[in-house]
This record gives sequence, C-alpha cells and structure tokens, in this order.
Amino acid sequence: MVSANLQTAGSAAGMAVGIHGVSHSFQLEDRPLPVLDDVSIDVQPGEFVALLGPSGCGKSTLLRLLAGLDQPSEGRVVGDGADITAPDPSRVLVFQDPTLYPWRTVQANVALGLEARGLLKTQGHRVGDAIRLVGLAGFETAYPHQLSGGMAQRVALARALVNDPRLLLLDEPLGKLDSLTRLSMQGELVSLWQRSGLTALLVTHDVEEALILAQRVIVFSPRPARIAAELVVDRPYPRHRDDPHLVELRRQALSVLGLDS
Amino acid sequence: MSASGITVAAPGVTPRASAPALWLGGLLAGGIWLGAAAFTAWLPDEIEVGRTQELALLAAVLGGLAVLAALTSGLFGEAGLKLRKAGPWLSVLGLALIGWEWLTAKSGTLPLPFFASPQGLLEVYLEDWPRLGESVLRSLWLLLTGYAIGAFAGFVAGVALGWSKAIGYWVHPVLRLIGPLPATAWLPIAFFVFPTSGSASTFLVALAAWFPVTVLTWSGVVGVNRNYYDIARTLGASQTFLVLKVAIPAALPQVFVGLFMGLGASFSVLVVAEMLGVKAGLGWYLQWAQGWAAYGNMYAALVVMALMCSGLTTLLFKSRDRLLAWQKGTVRW
Repeated sequence: MVSANLQTAGSAAGMAVGIHGVSHSFQLEDRPLPVLDDVSIDVQPGEFVALLGPSGCGKSTLLRLLAGLDQPSEGRVVGDGADITAPDPSRVLVFQDPTLYPWRTVQANVALGLEARGLLKTQGHRVGDAIRLVGLAGFETAYPHQLSGGMAQRVALARALVNDPRLLLLDEPLGKLDSLTRLSMQGELVSLWQRSGLTALLVTHDVEEALILAQRVIVFSPRPARIAAELVVDRPYPRHRDDPHLVELRRQALSVLGLDS
Repeated sequence: MSASGITVAAPGVTPRASAPALWLGGLLAGGIWLGAAAFTAWLPDEIEVGRTQELALLAAVLGGLAVLAALTSGLFGEAGLKLRKAGPWLSVLGLALIGWEWLTAKSGTLPLPFFASPQGLLEVYLEDWPRLGESVLRSLWLLLTGYAIGAFAGFVAGVALGWSKAIGYWVHPVLRLIGPLPATAWLPIAFFVFPTSGSASTFLVALAAWFPVTVLTWSGVVGVNRNYYDIARTLGASQTFLVLKVAIPAALPQVFVGLFMGLGASFSVLVVAEMLGVKAGLGWYLQWAQGWAAYGNMYAALVVMALMCSGLTTLLFKSRDRLLAWQKGTVRW
C-alpha cells in the first residue's frame, strides 16, 4: 500500500538500461588510468543485476556514469533509449556511506530531493510514506548522529525512494553494516525491489550477497574492469544461502575471480 | 563494650541525603561576605577613600542574599542547583574582597594612585557612570557595525572563494597578501583616507573580522564531503541549492570558528582605534583616565570592557549552539 503511494507520480515500470562499449579512464597527473574497458551490458526494465568484482576495479565508476555524474571516455550509457548526460532524479544512487546531511533531521534528509525540485509543498506526504517504507516511523526528528549504521542506511534508501526513481543504483550499500544488520537489510532490499518493480543495479564485492539478491551477476576482472563472466541466478526469492544451486554458482564466481584454491 | 562500639560506628557510615534543603556552601559564602562587610565598615581606613560605607552595605546585601539563597535554594529546583555549583566561587570572591580591601584601603600596602581600592572602583561607577555608559555604547556601536560588515563580507568572500575557481583566482592572492597584515597597520592610512575617524575605525574593525571569517568559511566550503554534492545533484538540485542548502550548512561549524576568531581580532582593533583616533569609547576612556592618572577609572573601565567582550563572546557561542544543535561534542563556553 505504501509502495503503491510511492509509485503514483511516475510510470510504475523500471528503466531499461544499456551500456554500450563503454571505456573510461581517470586522468592522473602523468598518465591516464583506465578503469573500464569495453563494457557492454543490457538490463531489462525491472531486472535486478549485481556487478561483482574485486575492490577498486571500476564498478563504482560504472554506477557514476549511469547516474549521469560523469561522462564515459568512450561508448554510450543509455536509459530507456536516451543517452545519459546529466543526473536525474529518476536514477538515484545509494552509497556505501549513508552520506546523510548531519545538519538535517531524518525527515529533512528524506525530503531533500523533493525540496531540491520544489515539490515539497505539493508532494510532502511522500516523505512520511518513504520513512514508513524503510521502517523508521517515529524517528523523523532524529539527527543522523543519533542513528545506528543500519538505520542511517535505511534513511539513505528512503531519501532515494521518495523521488519515485525508476533505476536504483546501489554502490555497496550494505558494505559497512555489521553482519546481522546486513542479512536483514538484504531481505528488505529484495522485498522492496519486488514491490516497486524498479530496475536495480547493485555493486558489491560480496559473492554471497550478489547471489542472494540479483537475478543476474556480472563478474568483472581487476582494473581496468572487463566483463569476465555472467551468471544467471534463476532461483525464486527468498533465497537461502545453503541452496545447492547457489553454492555451485558461488564456486563458479569465485573461480572466475581466481579465488577457488 | 565492643557491642556499643559497633552501634556508635553505624551512624557515621549512613549516607547523607543527596539534596539537603540547607545549602552549607551558600551559608559559608554568605558568612564571608557579611564578614567582608563588617571588615570594611568597622576597620578604619589607612588612606583617604570615599564610599567605604556604601561598599560595606553592598557586601552586606550580597552576603544577606547568599544566606537567603542558602536557606531557600531547595525551593528553586534547577536554578537552585546551578547556584549551588557557584558556591565555592562566591566564597573565594568574598575572601578576595577582604584581601583586596586590606591591601589597599585598610593598610595602604598597595599605594595610591597606582592601585585602586574596592570602594575606589565603586566610587567611579557611582559618580562617572554617565561617561562610562556612553563609552560602552559608543564602543558597542562601533564594534557591532564593523564586525557585522566584516563578518558578512568575509562570509560572502569565503563562500565565493570555495565555490568559484574564477573568483578564487582573483581573490586568493589578495587574501594571501593583505589578510595576515594586522588591521592596526592600516591605522595611519585609514585615518587619512576616511572622512571621519568613526568610519575609519569601522573599516579597521571590519577588516580585522573579515580575514579569519573569510579563511575559515573558505576552508569549510572546500572541505565539504564531495558525496554531499553528488547526492544532491542526482536528486535534481540546482547550483543555487548546492550553495545555499549543501555547501553553507556543511561549512557552518568552520564559519563559527572564523566568527569567534574575528570577534577577538576586532576587540583588539577596536581598543587601539579608540585610543589613537576616535574621541569616544572604552579605549578612549582608558587613555583619558591614564592621562589624568585616574587609575581607579582605568580599572573600572577594564572591568566593564572584560564584561562586554565576554558577554559578546557568550552571545556568539549561544547562537552557535542554537544553530548547530545537530553537532555532538562542541566546546563549552
């Protein structure tokens, strides 16, 4: 019911994402540092895709390109057939750090996107909906320093969802949480994605997390990131860690990453 | 025998009530102040000073109030508890008064005119208050206008420096060259260039506040977590929104450090400007009193000046605590 509220303003479906022959490099002082090498991925509307790879391989850069925060050196990134050239609230990014504004309450943090676009007066009720959706009703007036890591990350999620996005870009959003909080948030992420129907791209270096959450896992090589393998996780949700099928996929992923000793 | 020994020991270890109705520290302080009153009133003055009876009366009133507070502080709840914390200070101040009175008026160990007795200060306040009051108002006006102009200009310059590379290119070298120069170095030029000594002093006070506010606002804006901007941009924020709602609030803790340092700098420039050019204000009063060898007036003005500077600093910290309530563990003033 709450998620239905969040859907009213936009077309409910997720965004189709295309990454076509994208290469990217950072300009260091003396020479360019290539981080992405000829990456092509197509993501269907409403699909949940995990990008798995070693730390610092360039996965996060790919998300920044999709968010429109940076432009690729070569190739194209496309959302629903249109080139992505600038940030847009339909594509929201959730970082590993919650990066909440410490001077704003939970309520005001979640309202950020609506306020920035001048929609707070007409659509302010969505703020409360989003806070309830992530299970933080009652914490509206708390400041970020009063929240636990898991709660802060939920606020970050609510801040993204209140904008009625069609593409959710998750940059290791559970990376800094303790393992118990992490497990419960994985379940919540899945049910949230299932209810909303939006497209989700998750960057992670946790093989198990990728397999529990995503329908498709793209495995990257070390920097510059190249697609090393693609694993389809054709299992129903909720998934269990000890599912023999997942255990087999986990073995495959680790061997692609060169960690199968 | 041994049994009775145990029963005697028992009452000694029973804990006392946590908040007794009677405040012993207040009683002590009241006694000391009443003692100071008696000491002042009945011991003959060694040197010729006026207002001795008024001083004794004042000390007696304070002592009476302390005794009254000691008897009733239990009724005032929160405020009573706060007062209790001040107890040791009240006692020590009373003792200090006795010591000061003895060294000056009663024994003459510290001679006139270089040292003032407590009643000497009281005499200045009772007789010269119109001039002293006007000096305070003139100083406050000069300080507040200059500081407001300087702080505002510094804030704007700091945000611009942190935000725009083009502005940074032009302002940064100027800031580096001019900023560290003490504002007092401008005194001769300022009094020559500006039409009145008042406007020159306002400029100098503003300049003194401007530099620290600019530098700290600038570093605050530059130091803002880049992800704050990325988040806001993906959510559809405009450049104006990024400056006003992200950069400035994130930089505010630093801005307040700059405001604090700027306030201190403008105090010192204020006093120097008033001593050298302006014919009003506390700095001028100090200079004037020294010229007439009226050292009592000097001490009296110093006390007022300390109260003014401390009060303004307190005001700044209070407004910071209000604005930055979201911060944890800030310095207490």
